[in-house]
Amino acid sequence: MDQMLRAQDVTFSYSHEQHKALDGLTAQVERGEFVAVLGANGCGKSTLAKHFNAILLPVSGMVYIEDIPTTDEDRLLEMRQKVGMVFQNPDNQIVATVVEEDVAFALENLGVPPAEIRTRIDEAMKMAGIYKHREKAPHKLSGGQKQRVAIAGVIAMRPDCLILDEATAMLDPIGREKVMRTVRSLNRDHGITVVHITHYMEEAAMADRVIVMSEGKIAMEGTPKEVFSRVEEVKALHLDVPQSAELCHALTEAGLPMPVDVIDVDECARALYKAITGKEAGECPQS
Amino acid sequence: MSAIVTIDHLSYIYNEGMPDATTALDDVSFEIEEGQFIGVIGSTGCGKSTLIGHFNGINRPTRGRVLIGGQDIWANPKDIRRFRFMVGLVFQYPEYQLFEETVYKDIAFGPTNMGLNKDEIDRRVRRAAEFCGITQRVLDASPFELSGGQKRRVAIAGVLAMEPKILVLDEPAAGLDPAGRDMILGQIKLWHKETGTTTVLVSHSMEDIAKYADKVLVLNAGHIAMYDETAKIFARAPELLALGLSVPEVTKVFLRLREMGLDIPADVYTIPYAVKTVLAAKAAREGAVGC
Repeated sequence: MDQMLRAQDVTFSYSHEQHKALDGLTAQVERGEFVAVLGANGCGKSTLAKHFNAILLPVSGMVYIEDIPTTDEDRLLEMRQKVGMVFQNPDNQIVATVVEEDVAFALENLGVPPAEIRTRIDEAMKMAGIYKHREKAPHKLSGGQKQRVAIAGVIAMRPDCLILDEATAMLDPIGREKVMRTVRSLNRDHGITVVHITHYMEEAAMADRVIVMSEGKIAMEGTPKEVFSRVEEVKALHLDVPQSAELCHALTEAGLPMPVDVIDVDECARALYKAITGKEAGECPQS
Repeated sequence: MSAIVTIDHLSYIYNEGMPDATTALDDVSFEIEEGQFIGVIGSTGCGKSTLIGHFNGINRPTRGRVLIGGQDIWANPKDIRRFRFMVGLVFQYPEYQLFEETVYKDIAFGPTNMGLNKDEIDRRVRRAAEFCGITQRVLDASPFELSGGQKRRVAIAGVLAMEPKILVLDEPAAGLDPAGRDMILGQIKLWHKETGTTTVLVSHSMEDIAKYADKVLVLNAGHIAMYDETAKIFARAPELLALGLSVPEVTKVFLRLREMGLDIPADVYTIPYAVKTVLAAKAAREGAVGC
């Protein structure tokens, strides 16, 4: 398989601390994959994300972007262009006084011809749902709108890989849904690799693969179904499972056995329909 | 029935008279009864933050009145400080507002400004700290040595220590992991129960609103779209969705079941209630089929 990102035995500590933010972590992200990273506050998720575009360098171990070791300073610009990052707080990421200028900022620095900048930023702003605000001042937008400006700025660079570090944490449900739809389409239709760090379990349920971190290590890994079916284990790591999974788990505990691998609304409704009506299965309930 | 907060035909316009004037609140009226736990929901830009900024006089109404305990807070603008002590506001990401040398001093800042005596300040600081899970060791530390989650709790403790009659929290759990979120919201609920403090929780998380609020105010484009008991609000799930809001995931499951032709209540919004509803539906079905 073609690898996009790889962390090999990575250990990292913030200078003055004994505590290891990353503790011998090994992980890989394939090209075109959509990976969600979960974990309690302070588990090392953001530290890992910052290793994936060379903002941080490992104390020991190696991180590769495609085949480039992140320690290769001469190729830093190339790496930053390959891996775009969106952070949690949009206020820290906006530089210009007009939305479309902010979205164009990186492209201008990369020397993209003006006509192409226009096409690319229009496309990016439409994808992020902020096209109608393109002539406004960013400080007059709401938090959610500002975050979509930041996302548009990264999308406009057409990176190979997009890392979202709790980028949806400040958005309202519809804003989140729009961003997630954008991210999914970037992944499916444009082949952009996505690493999505989040506390929202239903967002993680959309990924190809889920990595759960704890104390600088990988605690669980697998498809969303594999991970979220282990309800007790997930909760012990200070996380939740999607409500659909939680409901099935609660029903099983209440004496109504439900499938263990239900993670979204559709599956849950189907499973409940079957459990209540007894149809499909052809079994006599309570017998 | 005594209303502790009365919002009376309140309108608020940013930059009134300027070309870019924006109406954030348009003729809003409602009341909050003393001791209630109110959830406020609405999509980004609907006027939620503008509204709660009126509760303690950060925003001054363009038109209309804000009454706290029956008194117009702007009747005498010099008197506004009194109302600021009555209404405790916890902003989004309050951890950025810490500034003192020690956590203890930071929590004590509000009560000190209220002119309380030393013993009373100490009592309040310790009570608020205990509620927020802040240990003695943390009280002595600098706020800047703490993790984000700890800082958040210190900031909330700083508002609790003022023992406001009305506690207003704007997204207090944003950015926290699920365990941190449950801890903070659980303690706020406990504070509400033990002290009877009227509490207003602004959140994008329908699951959290469903779990904690007695009553929900739904804002849409500067207007009140709904204001009712929590169960009644979530029973109107399709309307909420039409307003561009979400409903708890478990509510979506029951809406889907109804679409599939099952006769089942749609006002299900918490897991325990969902379990009960499913078991009841199954029992009813079995009774009818005689299986």
